Amino acid sequence: MLTLDALDKVYKTGTFGTSDLHAVRQVSLDVQRGEVVSLIGESGSGKSTIGKMVLHLLDSTGGSITFDGRDVTRLGFRARRDYYRKVQGVFQDPFSSFNPIFKVDRTFETLRRSYFPRVSGAAWRQKLEEALGAVTLEPGDILGKFPHQLSGGQLQRLLIARALLLDIELLVADEIISMLDASTRIDVLNLLGELKSRGLGILFVTHDLSLGNYVSDRVVILYKGRVVERGATSAVFDDPLHPYTRDLLASVPHLDRTWEEVEAEESRRSARLAGRCLFHEALAAQGRSLGEEAAAGSASGTADDVGLVEHAPGHFVGCFRKAADEECPAG
Amino acid sequence: MRKGNVMTATQPAAAPGTEVAEQPGATPAPSAGRKPGGDARETLYFALRNPKVVIGSVVVLAFLLLGLLGPLFLRFAPMDYAGPPMAPPSADFPFGTTTFGQDVFAQFVAGLRSTFLVGLLGGGVAAVIGMTIGFVAGYRGGMIDELLNMLTNVVLVIPGFVVLIIINAYLGVRSVPMQALYIGVFSWPWVARAVRAQTLSLRSRDFIDLARLSGVGVGTILRREVAPNMYSYLFMTFVLLFGGSILTAASLDFIGLGPTNAMSLGLMMNQAVQWSALHLGLWWWFIPPGLGITLIVGSLYIMNVGLDEVFNPKLREM
Repeated sequence: MLTLDALDKVYKTGTFGTSDLHAVRQVSLDVQRGEVVSLIGESGSGKSTIGKMVLHLLDSTGGSITFDGRDVTRLGFRARRDYYRKVQGVFQDPFSSFNPIFKVDRTFETLRRSYFPRVSGAAWRQKLEEALGAVTLEPGDILGKFPHQLSGGQLQRLLIARALLLDIELLVADEIISMLDASTRIDVLNLLGELKSRGLGILFVTHDLSLGNYVSDRVVILYKGRVVERGATSAVFDDPLHPYTRDLLASVPHLDRTWEEVEAEESRRSARLAGRCLFHEALAAQGRSLGEEAAAGSASGTADDVGLVEHAPGHFVGCFRKAADEECPAG
Repeated sequence: MRKGNVMTATQPAAAPGTEVAEQPGATPAPSAGRKPGGDARETLYFALRNPKVVIGSVVVLAFLLLGLLGPLFLRFAPMDYAGPPMAPPSADFPFGTTTFGQDVFAQFVAGLRSTFLVGLLGGGVAAVIGMTIGFVAGYRGGMIDELLNMLTNVVLVIPGFVVLIIINAYLGVRSVPMQALYIGVFSWPWVARAVRAQTLSLRSRDFIDLARLSGVGVGTILRREVAPNMYSYLFMTFVLLFGGSILTAASLDFIGLGPTNAMSLGLMMNQAVQWSALHLGLWWWFIPPGLGITLIVGSLYIMNVGLDEVFNPKLREM
C-alpha cells in the first residue's frame, strides 16, 4: 500500500549551507494493509524523519513515496488534503500535540471543519463518541477539558481517536507508547492490534526493541539514516545478521534466557560473521555470474553500498559497515 | 496581583465542588455540549472577572470617552484666548489657563483625541506590518524568511526618527493621521523580529503538525493555532507600539514638526516647557497631559497583564 523507494533527506548545514547532513539515506520499505511495520533505530537514526516525510510534514530530498500505486512524493495543497483522509499520524508527545490554550474538543472541531463541514452537530457528536469508545475513553470525562487537565495516556488515545474519525488506511505512529506508563501502554498496544485486524496499515516508529517485537509483522532496523536490515520480525529477531542489529539485540534483557546464554549465542554468531559482509559477498556472487568486470565494479562501488541484498526469503541486509562513511569490515 | 498568585497556588487544594460553584460560566460547556461561540463567551466571562482587565479598560475607556464627547461641552476652542493668563484651576477653567490665557482643559480634551488617533493608527499600522511579516517569515522559513528578515533588518537600521524628521520637514506633512502613518511605517521591525522568533518556536510544536494533518491551510493555522498562543503577547506589542507612537509624536511635536492644525498632549507639554511653565510654577499646564499619557499607557499595560491570565487558562485564578 505504502512504498518508499530510495528516500533521501539531506539538510544543508554550516555557513551558507555549504555542508550536507544526510538524515535519511536511500531508504526503501513498504507497508501493506493489515500489517504493522516497525521502524526501529536509536535517536538520530532518522526514523521520525521518515515518518514525517510519509506524512508530508517534511519534504523529501530524493527518492519517491508511493501510496496505493500513486506517486505522492510531491503533493499540492488539495492533493495533500485528500491524502490526509487516508493517512494520519500520531506523535510522541501528547502534551505538545494539543494547543495548550484550547480545550481538547477543538482538535476534533478543526477536523470537522476541514473534512465534515456538512455533518450535523448530533451526527458528529455520535461519531465522536464512537471514536472515543473505540479507544476506551468516556466522552463525558474528556470533552470540555483542557489538555493540562488530562493524563498523557488519555491524550494519546484521544489522538488515536482523532485519526479514527477519518476513514484512514495508514497510521504513522511516532513513538506513541514511549510517553505512557505500563498500564495504559498495553491498552494502546492492544488498540493498535485491533486496528491492524480491521485492515489498517501501521508504520510504527520506535526505539524500543521489545515493543517492535510485540506489535509488528515486519521490522526495519535503521542506523544513521540507513536501513541496515529489514525483514519479518521473527527472521530478524531470531537471526540478526548486521553487526548493529546484533549489538542492539544482545543488549536487550530477556525474560526466558540468562545473560550467559545470550552472550554465548551472540559470540557464536559474531565468530561466524566476523570479518565478513554478507552484502558484498552476495554482490560478488551476483557479479561473478555477470562477469569479472561487474564483480570488481560492484565490490568497490560506492553507489550500491546503501542498498540491501536478500539473504534469506524476505530477510534483507545491508553492507556490514555501521556508519555510511566507515569501511566495510570485509574490506 | 499578589493576592492572585496566592489564590492560584492554593486553589488545587480546594474541594472540586467549590471550584464548580465559583465558575458558573465555565461549567455549562462540558455538560450541555459545545455551542458555537462558547469559547468567546467564556473568554469574555473571564475577562470581566479579572480586576486588572476591568480597571485598565475602565481608565482607557474613560479617557477615550472624554476625548470623544468632551468637545461637545466645551465653551472654548483649544487655541482661543479665553481667560486671564496663568490662572490656576477654577470653576471656569478646571485645568487653569496657559501663559496666553488659553483653556488647558480644552487643549487637553483635543489633545486626547489626536493622542488616541496617533496611538491607534501608528500602533495599528506597525502592528499589522510587523505581525504579518513576522508570522509569514517564522512559519514559512527558508528563502521567504531570509528575504523578509533582510527587509526587517534594513528598516531596523534606518534611523527612523531622523527619517521622520526629514519626511515631516521636507514633505511638510502636518496632519495627525499622516504623522501617525509615518510613525507606524518605521516602528514595526522589532515587532516582526519578536513575532518571528515566537512563531519559529511554536511551529515546531506537534499541534501545528496535527493541524496540518487536518488539511488546514497556512493562513488558518497561523490564525487559529499560532496567533491565539500569542494573543497576550500581541496585545502587549500593540500596547508598546501605542505608547511608542504617542511618545514619538510628542518628540516630533517638541522640535516643531508636529501638526499645525491640531493639538496633542505632546504639543501641550512642549509648549509648557517652551514657555517655562516649570519655572513659573504653572503645574496645571504640564501635569494633565503628562499624567494623561502615563495613565493611558500604564492602564493598557495593566490590562495586558490581566489579559495574559484570561488567554492562558493555566494562569486563571480558579
